[in-house]
Amino acid sequence: MSFEVMLEQLSSGMLKSMMIFFLTLIFSLPLGMVMCFGRMSKNKIISGITGFIISILRGTPLMLQLMVVYFFPYYLFGWSIGGWRFPAIIVGFSINYAAYFAEIYRSGIEAIPKGQHEAAHILLYSKPQEFFKITLPQVIKIILPAMTNEIITLVKDTSLAFSISYIELFNLAQQIAAANTTMIPFVVAAIFYYVFNLIVSVVMRGFEKKLSYYD
Amino acid sequence: MEYLSMKNIKKSFGDLEVLKDISLHVNEGEVVSIIGPSGSGKSTLLRIATMLETLDYGEIHYLGEAAVEIVDGFSVYAKAKKLREIKNNFGLVFQNFNLFPHYSVLKNITDAPINVQKRNKKEVMAEAMELLEKMGLSDKADYYPSQLSGGQQQRVAIARALALNPKVLFFDEPTSALDPELTSEVLKVIKSLAEQHMTMVIVTHEMNFARNISDKVIFMDKGVIVVEGSPEEVFNSSNERMKEFLGKLQN
Ligand SMILES: Nc1ncnc2c1ncn2[C@@H]1O[C@H](COP(=O)(O)OP(=O)(O)OP(=O)(O)O)[C@@H](O)[C@H]1O
Ligand SMILES: [Mg+2]
Repeated sequence: MSFEVMLEQLSSGMLKSMMIFFLTLIFSLPLGMVMCFGRMSKNKIISGITGFIISILRGTPLMLQLMVVYFFPYYLFGWSIGGWRFPAIIVGFSINYAAYFAEIYRSGIEAIPKGQHEAAHILLYSKPQEFFKITLPQVIKIILPAMTNEIITLVKDTSLAFSISYIELFNLAQQIAAANTTMIPFVVAAIFYYVFNLIVSVVMRGFEKKLSYYD
Repeated sequence: MEYLSMKNIKKSFGDLEVLKDISLHVNEGEVVSIIGPSGSGKSTLLRIATMLETLDYGEIHYLGEAAVEIVDGFSVYAKAKKLREIKNNFGLVFQNFNLFPHYSVLKNITDAPINVQKRNKKEVMAEAMELLEKMGLSDKADYYPSQLSGGQQQRVAIARALALNPKVLFFDEPTSALDPELTSEVLKVIKSLAEQHMTMVIVTHEMNFARNISDKVIFMDKGVIVVEGSPEEVFNSSNERMKEFLGKLQN
């Protein structure tokens, strides 16, 4: 197999890995906020349940969670799971990453000094105004480094989709390598993950710079 | 006109009785200073007046409107909408400024008038620049709080409070976080507000300042008002606790 053909085949895997990456981000970033609010709720029951869910999601392997999400419609309801593979991956990844983001958001929100909220109260900002104008912008700046770490991990974690036989980059590289007895697909895959993460770091550093206009 | 009236205020934190039946009245244009040893409940009183803290018992009126009333022997806060209206009457300057670090000086001052009070943007901006000039900070409008000295930050915080046109302005130890050199520039600003008959309630450890600018001084200790009256009356009081407090300060 020529290198060009190999690349062409691998590129479909790259596309799928990137799909997992972007869709997971799109869903998990806001879902994490919802989990974070649940976790920080004054209602003990809500915060207790959300806390428990978050600890399970963070305390068990993502691979296992993917399998549960993928197979549960079949075992619970006997449904066919034919077209469910890709959605299951996005659901599994999104819920798992939302749990990590929720904890990062929470640490950021708790890092805002009480005086900021008191000043907002005295100036009569409404609750939403206080959150979106005062709290959130400061939280984003605080949590950016932790978010960068998590997003870099996500790039690499997309390869875990192979556990439910989804043909993303890593799975594809493995297949091509086995069929052609060559390591080259792995090298290409490694370069792809590395460059992707390089871009992620540059983008995130750009955000950090943008927010460095104040201390 | 009576701008603020607090009657029979009681407040405990757990078993600790912090305010024991405190009453305070502030008339239009009056400057009232509250002095007293650490832990006597001065901040708690101010936080109750500004509703950052809820009281256990007592009444609060601003310009005759009830923020907290006693109904059937219990203190009841006004409805949310009414309370919000009443809260428009006062501002608070914090010991550690609490400026918004991600907003420029100008935005710190103008954001609430524009987005909370929904006032005309141009008008608010012009007023803010005027306030900054009064504070001696005209050239700092585009700075961020972290680029300013503590004294400058506190003057911005005062401008931010004034921009909402409060009837009563509270200060909780506005100079305690400042070096002595920076203290005087903040005190000067407060003094000029007093000269313009701004109604103010000031918790302070600056005795000379309290003596000079106040119409009324209140000495608190252990959750009660021990002495109150004109600066002369209070600072020359023969009360033992008052004398002990002033004596300690001199050493
Ligand atoms: N939120 C709180 N929870 C528990 N105790 C509190 C709380 N706020 C204040 N206290 C206690 O209430 C007492 C009075 O505190 P307060 O801050 O009103 O005193 P202060 O007169 O302002 O003192 P200082 O001059 O040191 O600022 C103190 O013993 C303090 O520890
Ligand atoms: Mg205090």
